[in-house]
Parts: sequence; C-alpha cells; structure tokens
Amino acid sequence: MKSLEELMAIREKARQGMGIRNDKHEGTRVVVGMATCGIAAGARPVLSALVEEVSKENLDIQVGQTGCIGICQYEPVVEVMEPDKEKVTYVKMTPEKAIKVVHKHLMGGEVVQEYTIGRVGK
Amino acid sequence: MVRSHILVCGGTGCTSSGSPAIIRALEEQLNKSGLSDEVKVVQTGCFGLCALGPIMIVYPEGTFYSMVKVGDIPEIVEEHLLKGRIVTRLVYDETVQESGEVASLDDTGFYKKQMRVALRNCGVINPEDINEYIAYDGYQALGKALTQMTPEQVIEEIKTSGLRGRGGAGFPTGVKWSFAAAQPKGQKYVCCNADEGDPGAFMDRSVLEGDPHALIEAMAIAGYAIGANKGYVYVRAEYPIAVHRLQVAIKQAKELGLLGEGIFGTDFSFDLEIRLGAGAFVCGEETALMTSIEGNRGEPRPRPPFPAVKGLFGRPTVLNNVETYANIPRIILLGAEWFNKIGTEKSKGTKVFALGGKITNTGLVEVPMGTTLREIIEEIGGGIPGGKQFKAAQTGGPSGGCIPAKHMDIPIDYDNLISIGSMMGSGGLIVMDEDSCMVDIARFFLDFTVDESCGKCTPCRIGTKRLLEMLDRITEGNGKPGDIEKMEDLCHYIKENALCGLGQTAPNPVLSTIRYFRDEYEAHIYHKTCPAKVCKSLLNYTIIAEKCTGCTLCARVCPVGAITGTVKQPHVIDHEKCIKCGACMEKCRFGAIVKE
Repeated sequence: MKSLEELMAIREKARQGMGIRNDKHEGTRVVVGMATCGIAAGARPVLSALVEEVSKENLDIQVGQTGCIGICQYEPVVEVMEPDKEKVTYVKMTPEKAIKVVHKHLMGGEVVQEYTIGRVGK
Repeated sequence: MVRSHILVCGGTGCTSSGSPAIIRALEEQLNKSGLSDEVKVVQTGCFGLCALGPIMIVYPEGTFYSMVKVGDIPEIVEEHLLKGRIVTRLVYDETVQESGEVASLDDTGFYKKQMRVALRNCGVINPEDINEYIAYDGYQALGKALTQMTPEQVIEEIKTSGLRGRGGAGFPTGVKWSFAAAQPKGQKYVCCNADEGDPGAFMDRSVLEGDPHALIEAMAIAGYAIGANKGYVYVRAEYPIAVHRLQVAIKQAKELGLLGEGIFGTDFSFDLEIRLGAGAFVCGEETALMTSIEGNRGEPRPRPPFPAVKGLFGRPTVLNNVETYANIPRIILLGAEWFNKIGTEKSKGTKVFALGGKITNTGLVEVPMGTTLREIIEEIGGGIPGGKQFKAAQTGGPSGGCIPAKHMDIPIDYDNLISIGSMMGSGGLIVMDEDSCMVDIARFFLDFTVDESCGKCTPCRIGTKRLLEMLDRITEGNGKPGDIEKMEDLCHYIKENALCGLGQTAPNPVLSTIRYFRDEYEAHIYHKTCPAKVCKSLLNYTIIAEKCTGCTLCARVCPVGAITGTVKQPHVIDHEKCIKCGACMEKCRFGAIVKE
C-alpha cells in the first residue's frame, strides 16, 4: 500500500455490489413478479437481464422479486417504484424489453408507455 | 450478476449450533436451483443474538431468519430466493409487525437501544475478505494517521476522545500511549490482550471472529503513535475460529502492504505476530501475559515499573484489550469530538456486554455508556424468562460484584459501578433471578479463582483457599457465628496485599454479596436454611400427604430407594437416605413434593 489514493481505489471497487446489504435503501426499487405464473411465463431471464443491466450501468437501484399480484395473464410483470412517484407496471416483459426500460425509464426518466399495463391491456 | 446476499453467522455460538452445515446446504441448494451466480453466501461474524442461532440475513430485503435448520434451506431457496416470498414462519418474530409486514431489525427491542462502534462490522462483513473491510472504510484511519497526522497528534486525539481501557480497569488509553511514547527511542512493542478469561464474557472473541482487521489496523496505529514496529496478539488457544480468522487477516494485510515495510509510502513499518495462550486466567493480567509471551511461565511481577516503561522483553510496551483497539480506527477517522458525544461525563463511548444467565436474549450487546441496567435487562435482554423476579446481576466476572435490584436504574459507567461495589470488568453480565443463591454464587466465583490463582503470592494462594473453605462450610450448613466478619477481614487483607489484579479483585464477589445480601448469609449460618433453595445440604424434600395419590411413580424413580409407601396411600421420603437429586419432584404429577 503506497498511498491513501490506492486504498480508496480498492474501496471503490470493493463497494460495488455491497449496496445490496443496505435494507434502508430509499431510492428506486424494481421488482419482478416471480410466482409460479411469472416463472412459467419467463420471469427468470427478465430478472437476470434487469440485474445485469442495472449493475453494468452502475445504477443505485435495487432489483428484487415479489410474488403474484393477481394478473397472471400479463406475466412476466415488472414494477418500477420511484420515491414520490406513482408506481409503473410493465407487463408481458422480455429480457430485451427490460433492457430498454433500464435505459429509457431508469436512466432517462421516461416511462416506456408501450409496455405498460395501460397500453398492453387494451 | 449477484442480486442477493445471504449473510450467515459464523461466530462460535452459531457455528456450534450448526451454521457451517447451513452454509453448505445453501450452496448446494442454490446450485441445484441454478441461482449460484445470482445469490452470494457470505459467512460473517457474530450478530449478537446468540440465543436465536443459527442466524442469517437475506439482502436486499434485510430479512432476519433465526434458528434455521438444514431442513429449512430448500424452502428458503425455493420460496424466498426464487419466488421472492419471505418464509414468515422462520422470521425473527420481533420483526414481524401486526400487519404481517416485516420490519427492520434495527427497530426490534434487542437492537433499538444498541449502538455499535466496536462491533460495527460484526455480522456485516465477511471477516476473511479484506476487501469487505476496506469497503466499509477499513484502513482509512491508518492511512489518515500515517499521512496526515504526527504521532503526537494521534495520541492527543485518543486522549481527547476520553477512551478508557475496556479490559476492566478503565485506565485512559491515550495517557497510557503517551507514557510509552515518552520513553527514549529504541525497540518498543504493541501488545493486544485477547486472553479473555472471565466466565461468560466473549466480546473479544467476537471482534476477532467478526472483524479481525479492525484489530490489526488499530495496533498499527498504536505502533505509529508510540514508535513501535512490532506487535503481538496474545490470544487463548481455546478460540480456534478467532485464531484462524486473525491469521487469515494478517496474511491478507501483508499481501496488500498494510503490514510490513513502508506502509502508505511512509517510512513506518509494522509487523504483527500471534501468540497462543494455554488458557490460564492469570495470563489476562498484563505482566503475566507479557511473561508468557517471553516464553516463561505466566506469572505476574510487581508494578512499577509499568509496561509502558519496562514491558515485553524489558522494553517500553503498550498493552490494550481487543475491544479498546476496536474503537481506535473509528476515533481516528470520525474524530475525538464524535466519540466524546457518546456516553457519560467520565466514561465515553460504548461498552459491549455479554448477556448470560437468566435472561431471554442471551448474547452480545453494545450500548452507550450511561445506559441503565434496567434498559439492558428488560428492553434489550427481553427480561427474565418464566415470569421470575430479578434478583441481581454480576458484572466483571470473578473480579467484579453483584448489582442488586435497587440499583437497576443507575447509569452504568466505570465510576458508578465502582461506587456500588462492582466493576465494569471486561463486560460479562450474568443475570440472576429469585432462584439463585447469592452465597452459592460467591462460592462459585471463589472456586474459580482458587483454581486459577498462580500461587506466586501468599495472600492470593492461601487467602482465597481459606475463603472458599469458609463458603463451603456455610453452604453445607456448618457455618458458625462470626464467619461473616472473619470473611470480611480476610477479604480486605487479600485485597490490600495480593501481588496482581487477580488476587486484589478475587474477594469482590464475596464482599459485594455480603454487602447486599447479608440476610442470605445469616439464614445459612444461623437458621441453616437456603432462602433460594439451592444449597443441597440445607434442603429437604417432603411429600405432602394430602396431595399424594399413592401412584408410586416417585418411589420408582428414586435412585437410592429413599421413598416408601403402598399403592394408593401417601408415600414418605426417608431424609437419611435421600441424596436430594430432585428426580421425584420432577416426576410428580400432583405437585405433592416440595423442597424446603
């Protein structure tokens, strides 16, 4: 160890991924419906794609799973919960759609209307 | 990509209740479900709530599962990690709210009033991964001290913080360091006392097991402050997990150049070695400890000269306890002002207590100095099981004394404890209820010190033995009038004349129980009764004829055939034959047998 800067560089690297251990996270949360219906409809790859993309872009966003919310015909379902904003529900998701949501919605702040339950349901 | 961390306690408590098997089962099950790349299993140090082990926390949800068994693992993986449904039946019930929602662990009775400084990383990081320690600000304090502060500034910071030795005596740490720093240049040493010997105390072990790098960092800081380039950690061999983790940590620190030559690009070098103790209580005394490191029989020597002047191998030495060191990096990093705000006027910071005895939440708690015994026992400790009454708490182990119920609301700090005849000690806190006999407790601790006395000085070697003989007599019903006064005289004599801390404090349990529970001693001596019904020689088991149905069960379980009677007729116990094992009372379904 030659300098404090060297230590801080190790620290930054080590901190990546440790954010998971903060259960008082107050930022945006993204959850994927992972009940039997969700898994059958392909929720697993959607979850993996979300986790991977969020971590690749180094976003301070928590990705988790949840149970069935009762709209099994629309699975896989992804919900985005931002502080002080209304919840956005995306339905019939795929890994490709999920990646688009990360870029447009989570990074760009623009809801991808075409995937939301309001559009797809009609 | 990892989306979830499972932290499983790998402290000694949870390890003995089976956490290694749980980790193996988790990894196996995750592999089977194809989740190995998404879920990371981390073995950590102690969470503190040892009574509920094995313990694990699942993040990001922060779900706290307690008393987990290997058989529960498939359900946890399938339900929680795959489907995101928390397995509520395994969740620590204090975190489950009325609505069924799972609340944060920090809001539970056990954790709410705690403040973790020394234990900050225990149960939070993987102690065998230096990167996790660094991620939680590890080694920044050492970097700051070496590159931005002079040794004098480091000592001044510790002095200002008001930190006092956590090993028991409470000597100001900064002052101790300044004595060693003031000695002429030359070979100096930094030592750590990890020879935790008090029955019931295990905070030092937990720090070593859960956060070994904190100790390494602090000892290096101490080395810089006093001008020492070599350190020794004296740890008892009965702590194999702690020793292993410390070895791993030292190796990792050396690999990153945090121990060794020219640390942080300065000309400061520091090396650390472990010395194993064989478990003699006296080796927790500082001069005996250093004698033992030197390779000699662990016996104390008179002070002065104090270790800061003439210590290990005759050189100036700073010796602190593990918990004291665990506070150092925080103080350097966050400043003396920050530390100074915690605690009472003369006792700053926090103190770790090992809760044991008759208490619901057995385990390790860290509270700000000034917290009352009532808060620790009733709120954090969850009270006494079985609706029993609190009688007293023993602090300081065999060197300390008891605190009776009337002093439950005194803010706990070094000086208050001494004023009521006890002492902080290393922080063992044994809770006793109405079923504990105070004479028997004093006898228990004396039995321990007699065993552990090194025998070098007469007051301790013979004095404690004579004390124990008197206590034995009293508990056997052979106490004589005047015994109490005789014991008091002998206690004071031992305290004044013993060579080291072991002997000087050995009479404390006797003195404090006489001070607060003299009536119990008198009952044993004058009335030949044991009010708490513990001392066997003073008890008699009797059958209440009106309640006895003559079922013959007691007669059949009695191992010595002391119970006689015919079927459906009241039975009788022969007191001459009875060995007072209590088997009959345990078996009787009608409550017909009493001890008095």
